[in-house]
Amino acid sequence: MNTIPLSAQLINLFASVILLLAFAMLAQRRVLQLVNLFALQGATLSVSTLVVAFTTSQHHLYYSAGLTLILKAILLPWILHRLVRRLHVKSDVESLINVPTTMMFGIVLVIIAFNVALPISQLSSTITRGTLGIALATVMLAFLMMITRTKAIPQVVGFLAMENGLFLAATSATYGMPMVVELGIALDVLVGAIILGVFFFQIREQFDSLDIRHMERLKDS
Amino acid sequence: MNISGLLGQLFAIVLALLLAPLLTGWVNQCRAWLQNRTAPPLLQPYYMLHKLFQKDVVLADGASPLFRFAPFVVFGCMLLACAIIPTLSTDLPFAPAADTIALVGVFGLARIFISLAAMDIGTSFGSLGGRREMLVGFLAEPALLMVIFTTAMISQSTSVATIVETLAHREFIIYPSLAFAGVAFTFVSFAENARVPVDNPATHLELTMIHEAMIIEYSGRHLALIELAASLKLYAYSCLGLALFFPWGIAEGASFVGLLLAIPALVGKLAVGGAFLAGIETINAKMRIFRAPEFLGTAFLLAVLGLLVRLLLETRV
Repeated sequence: MNTIPLSAQLINLFASVILLLAFAMLAQRRVLQLVNLFALQGATLSVSTLVVAFTTSQHHLYYSAGLTLILKAILLPWILHRLVRRLHVKSDVESLINVPTTMMFGIVLVIIAFNVALPISQLSSTITRGTLGIALATVMLAFLMMITRTKAIPQVVGFLAMENGLFLAATSATYGMPMVVELGIALDVLVGAIILGVFFFQIREQFDSLDIRHMERLKDS
Repeated sequence: MNISGLLGQLFAIVLALLLAPLLTGWVNQCRAWLQNRTAPPLLQPYYMLHKLFQKDVVLADGASPLFRFAPFVVFGCMLLACAIIPTLSTDLPFAPAADTIALVGVFGLARIFISLAAMDIGTSFGSLGGRREMLVGFLAEPALLMVIFTTAMISQSTSVATIVETLAHREFIIYPSLAFAGVAFTFVSFAENARVPVDNPATHLELTMIHEAMIIEYSGRHLALIELAASLKLYAYSCLGLALFFPWGIAEGASFVGLLLAIPALVGKLAVGGAFLAGIETINAKMRIFRAPEFLGTAFLLAVLGLLVRLLLETRV
């Protein structure tokens, strides 16, 4: 096997950890643990970005790493923790399909993502191009989580995890997006989380539950 | 086959027999400390074995020869496993006898015999334990094979000695696939060694037990052999995990100095591993038997993921 530089090895390792955490989130049944895993994923993403920034001396990536750390590893998990406490969500996460089947779907998605990403990453010349497949897989796993979970909070966590995956994809394919775009997305995610938080209260007021299946009926019965 | 290799092999087997009960004792001691109990002495498993070997065997009325034969088969399988897995040096004359796939088969053989023996007597506890063991076993085996395939792909060989040589003595490369394989292997070894998330080694007379339910009819030297085999299995799994994921310190040749240096490395790694095992067992609760398939399914999927990551990240330049 040809030798890969140490930094690329580290980036690959962190990307793998992000994928591992995506699977852990898929399998997790407790809401609070889910939020903690999301925070851990954000922190790993931040460290990974830091390594890319250091290796390629792209200065704007340092800001991205800092932004990721503050927003996704500290602020958003804090907001979600508060929400969970205020909403008194105690019950476990319910999913439409049982967990082993979901994981099996997850593996299929990973295989698809890896295959789709392979020709794209061969076009790219960045040091991180190998992780593009993992980024795509993370996005798809987050999608899967949003589809299979019935409660509102896990769906929001899935949405935020999807953003993690997109960020990883941007870093691995092109060394990150322009700063303006990144700031815009960060703000969007933050505002989105806050609005959804308000929305949770509305859902609960209306249905006494956070199960979004109640919203499938349009009429008041 | 040279004489020094043979001596090294014999030494490794003797060391396994000596260290295995010690490892069990150490794990029990760590567990007791973590749970705020007074710890049993470190040598407690030896006292147990000594006591059991001196006691008479009480056989049930309906016991067939299989029941008496099984402890010896199980013990033999575990000893063979300990002989194949490199603990001190990778120069093992026995190693060509079985590669890693056969090693999984050896564990499987022991499992089949102990389950058959458990069902042989015809008590409800025995057959219950035997069936549960087979349920756990058939889910754990493919996961273990997948873990082994991941390491075999890195070293391009299924021989344990070659895998360890490749991983330990080449220049240092981070393999992300090994992270997945390592987590999967940890899951599998908890299930295989009747440890807490799947089974509780410390309970009797509960409807949740698996391993203890199977050996409930054994007594005397048969029980001693089975207890020793269980210790050897824990030792074999620990050494396999250490050899695959933390191979540093294992001597390459059969040199005397290398062996001497390998012993403290092995004991140190086992001590840390045992404490880690006790810690995991303390912070986890035993799960329902019907959750075990999910637990092991996760292990299998992680191992498959390790293979995929290996294909994606590590095979190209």
